[in-house]
Amino acid sequence: MEQYEPDRLSPPQVAAMRRSLANGRAAMTRRSLLRASTGGALAVGGLGALTGCGIPAAGDTKGGVSAEDHSAKEKTVSFSNWTEYMDTDDSGRKHPTLDAFTKRTGVKVKYTEDINDNTEFFGKIKPQLAAGQDTGRDIIVLTDWLAARLIRLGWVQKLDASNLPHAFANVASSYRSPDWDPGRAYSYPWQGIATVIAYNKKALDGVEVKNLSDMLDNPKLKGRVGLLTEMRDTMGMALLDMDKDPRSFTADDYDAALARLQKCVDKGQIRRFTGNDYTSDLTKGDLAACVAWAGDVVQLKADNPDIDFVIPDSGYMLSSDNMLIPNKARHKTNAERLIDFYFEPQPAAELAAYINFVCPVDGVKDELAKLDEDAANNPLILPDKAMQAKSRAFRSLSSKEDTEFEGKFAKLTGA
Amino acid sequence: MATLTEAPPPLTPAAPEKKAKPPRRRGRLVPYWLLLPGILWLLVFFALPMVYQASTSVQTGSLEEGYKVTWHFATYWDALSEYYPQFLRSVLYAGSATILCLLLGYPLAYLIAFRAGRWRNLIMILVIAPFFTSFLIRTLAWKTILADGGPVVGALNTLHVLDVTSWLGMTQGDRVLATPLAVVCGLTYNFLPFMILPLYTSLERIDPRLHEAANDLYARPVTTFRRVTFPLSMPGVVSGTLLTFIPATGDYVNADLLGSTDTRMVGNVIQSQFLRILDYPTAAALSFILMAAILVMVTVYIRRSGTEDLV
Repeated sequence: MEQYEPDRLSPPQVAAMRRSLANGRAAMTRRSLLRASTGGALAVGGLGALTGCGIPAAGDTKGGVSAEDHSAKEKTVSFSNWTEYMDTDDSGRKHPTLDAFTKRTGVKVKYTEDINDNTEFFGKIKPQLAAGQDTGRDIIVLTDWLAARLIRLGWVQKLDASNLPHAFANVASSYRSPDWDPGRAYSYPWQGIATVIAYNKKALDGVEVKNLSDMLDNPKLKGRVGLLTEMRDTMGMALLDMDKDPRSFTADDYDAALARLQKCVDKGQIRRFTGNDYTSDLTKGDLAACVAWAGDVVQLKADNPDIDFVIPDSGYMLSSDNMLIPNKARHKTNAERLIDFYFEPQPAAELAAYINFVCPVDGVKDELAKLDEDAANNPLILPDKAMQAKSRAFRSLSSKEDTEFEGKFAKLTGA
Repeated sequence: MATLTEAPPPLTPAAPEKKAKPPRRRGRLVPYWLLLPGILWLLVFFALPMVYQASTSVQTGSLEEGYKVTWHFATYWDALSEYYPQFLRSVLYAGSATILCLLLGYPLAYLIAFRAGRWRNLIMILVIAPFFTSFLIRTLAWKTILADGGPVVGALNTLHVLDVTSWLGMTQGDRVLATPLAVVCGLTYNFLPFMILPLYTSLERIDPRLHEAANDLYARPVTTFRRVTFPLSMPGVVSGTLLTFIPATGDYVNADLLGSTDTRMVGNVIQSQFLRILDYPTAAALSFILMAAILVMVTVYIRRSGTEDLV
């Protein structure tokens, strides 16, 4: 940063200052100020400076950059997670499973709920990771596609399998080897997220919705159908509806699915593309049917009996949020122990009983039944064979495809 | 921007300057030292990001390969030809919202300034109170107010207002949410105080004796307003419209929450380019085009309204 020196200001700036300061406020006209600031900005900028700020290439850190592991000396681990994604006691301050971990291992957990949105969080940690610096976090939890991107960029560390015996043994088969992280070398799932179709019985007014086509093609639902802004969830459901497999679709399949949705947008069938805020629209009945996340629907259903969900015969999308250890994290071993802890049946069951997401751990049923019989029998929390067979994951995309597909999808949503 | 909210200077011409004493050296530097914090602030939080974004807009590359400055100015043209509908829409929506704000805000500001009496403070608090909650919450509240089955939409339907607005293309069918009308309403509501406060400030400064004088000269109330009050309140009108129009053009929250696919504004495009598509150059170019467009429009507007030295 250049030190401020009056003598080196541009002439119009100096002139403007003199005039305004010497003659009092009345003389400080808007034009002089505009002129001065424009001149100033140009003087400071200088075209040369523009060239100086390219963004360095990522990827020269492939395989992960480990910092010195301070796990033995510093008995702590810093865990960044999404909001309301952890069991909590009645006081709202304590997390029983985390406390159990601390009690057993002596490792204190610094638990922070600072992830609200994948893209936003990526923007937050990008500068540090790109510069090869510590983010101050030992575990972060990110959705598949972003986890895949971080692995592709080489911004996360390879896990040490010898610290993860339970995780290796108990991770459910649908999560065992995603194409973006074969054999789970860099990540382990925290929770699974099922994307289904939700509806409001009252608002449907007798219309039957069993799959995506029912809600996209029925003129009675015009303007009362919602889709998600999350590209993979919406497009995955659309691909499934056209009998294409989201695990192996081609660019042509994608374009065809996109064209189909575009037609629905053009004729006004789709009310809007929503984030999490579809929940209020659905409760009020402004949305009669929409693509939704099962975890939300379980909650909504408890409050409003009109709300229900349906799993199309063609299948549903299953994604997951994954625990990763970013580059330069100071407590890698502690972090691995914490990841492994959540693959033991007891803590996994305790967590599943509290948050209603899909549990990615095998052998939890007995433990969960002890805590909550209903949850243990809910196929949205512990999927049975039939449910598992219907789940599909969105295939990983190359960086080029990512930009292209996201761009086309953004067009569909109007921006 | 701060200068726009400045109270207008007294109407009487400034008193002729007293003979200036030769300033002493130390005294001459004082103003610069006083300016220093502000200048530094602007340098770090305005000039630097601008330079950075300007640079980004002429770079090419990808996240993996990194971005390099290649002076790829075509990005600007591509962005403009691709997204001009969103630009036009932003100007249209922000313009409509600004006009609505003026129509709603002027009578209210007039009332507060001249007629409110002891209620003045209370009404002012009512104008400002919504600011105590977050912008997002205030916008979300409109989703409840305008809900499809809600009383507002029900009443509008009964009065057949929505038939008219549908015919004009402002709404669709029998709903208000997820239409252009909802977005314009949201923008109007959210930026109304930015219109009322400057209007009030300049109306409040008008000497009531001017009104009496106009009356003495047999001016009817309408004439008094047209020839005396309104011209004298022009600084407030200009700064109010600017404070409303400029942020409204770049807003994306209202279009996101209250709108639909066909109501996306340029702010939405910039947001999705930056955060979802990760096409930083296009996003930066769009931001600069928006800034340039606003600068040109504002300049023309100020020239036309001829209030150069009043605001």
